Amino acid sequence: MSTLRAEARIALAVARKDALAELRGRHATVSTLFFAAVVLLLFGLALGPDAARLAAAAPGLLWLAVVFAGILAVNRLHLLETDDGALEQLALYPVARRAIYVGKALGGFAVMLLLGVLVLGAVGVLFAVDVAKAWLPLLVTVVLGAAGVAAVGTFYAGVTVRLRAREAMLPLLMLPVLAPLLLGAVKASAAALAGDPFDELGAWLQLLVAFDVIMIVAGMATYGYLLEDG
Amino acid sequence: MKTRILGYVALAAVAAVTAVALFVVPSDRNQGDAQRIMYPHVASAWLAYLSFGVTALAGIGWLWKRDLRLDAVAHAAAEIGVIFTAFAIWGGMMWGRPIWGVFWQWEDPRLTTTALLLMLYVGYLLLRRLTDDPERRATRAAIVGIVAAIDIPIVHFSVEWWRGLHQTATIGSPDRVLDPAAPMAFVGTLLGTLGAFTLAWLYLMIRRYQLARAEVAREEARRLDRLMSARTAAVAR
Repeated sequence: MSTLRAEARIALAVARKDALAELRGRHATVSTLFFAAVVLLLFGLALGPDAARLAAAAPGLLWLAVVFAGILAVNRLHLLETDDGALEQLALYPVARRAIYVGKALGGFAVMLLLGVLVLGAVGVLFAVDVAKAWLPLLVTVVLGAAGVAAVGTFYAGVTVRLRAREAMLPLLMLPVLAPLLLGAVKASAAALAGDPFDELGAWLQLLVAFDVIMIVAGMATYGYLLEDG
Repeated sequence: MKTRILGYVALAAVAAVTAVALFVVPSDRNQGDAQRIMYPHVASAWLAYLSFGVTALAGIGWLWKRDLRLDAVAHAAAEIGVIFTAFAIWGGMMWGRPIWGVFWQWEDPRLTTTALLLMLYVGYLLLRRLTDDPERRATRAAIVGIVAAIDIPIVHFSVEWWRGLHQTATIGSPDRVLDPAAPMAFVGTLLGTLGAFTLAWLYLMIRRYQLARAEVAREEARRLDRLMSARTAAVAR
């Protein structure tokens, strides 16, 4: 129990460090938010101006915007560590690697959650979807989706952060892995917005929970190897 | 020498099952000759999954034992797996065009799953090419290979669900051939194709593994060469 508590403290310390750096520099949030906004506007141009079609496509557009912007966010958060050999310093800490992974993922989760909530609001405004009506299931979906993107993204950003071609490689590696998350989150959002007529919301949320848990465990188990010589 | 014999045996076996699948076994009553695509298609899909399983296991082995030979096995399996995956998709599309009327059928979860599978391992191979240091490459690749293998069942399950919550199963599922009531000629041809393709897979694995080892050896020799010439230049100065 005490090791668990100690590791939780380490994870929180790492997350706090990332949050502090983000608050001071705003490397990840500002550019990522505007990127998501541009993506939404272009989706509107590509599929509009038929309002009914846009409203029908809204759950898919919401999650594509979140996932695309999420790639930028996790990349930014990891890029921070390559300056001045910070990643090597992090690797030198005599603590459990999985705690460092959880900390980085928590920092990513905070950014993704903010992003998800704001994009959800923007989708509600731009595509005339009543998000307030189903705010609770939508919020749960955003929390689970943000956790999944952060869990997978932290891990893959760790794989690609030292590559020259990381901007191309990160999405290529991440997006196919995120396919189940995209499906689950889109279906859950669509069901929530429609008032869950087929009683399928719970099943899709369960899929998201399972995806999140599996990816967090995989990240905890392997991130140490990345930190050592990845 | 033994490998070469294996190669000839595999070649003969693939030629034999191709001849049987094309000319000997009767065609399907409903699908006609298009159904013959099923034999190499199913065999390729099976070898794709086998390859990616080997890549994941060899990756775990590398992280555990730190033996670069295991990384060469993982590399060989991933590359061969990508080829068989692409072949399986291509075969599926060729079959889908006459049977379904379209190359790509979103109602079929396996097609979409296999396409995502291809992307996962193309990413894996690209990642390998972008890393120079052999041990770093092995570690990164091992981790990506393991997570990809974990992801495959989730992708499969979720895509199946995505399609299946409203619709019923697709028409003409090739798996029905393995129904106990299916004619023995079909089942026998399919099993023969599986065996012949697996032999070919084994041969390709051995050759690609040898090549991967040679590549690493050459990289290592070049690196030593550079170090040596830098040292000589420094001494001469």
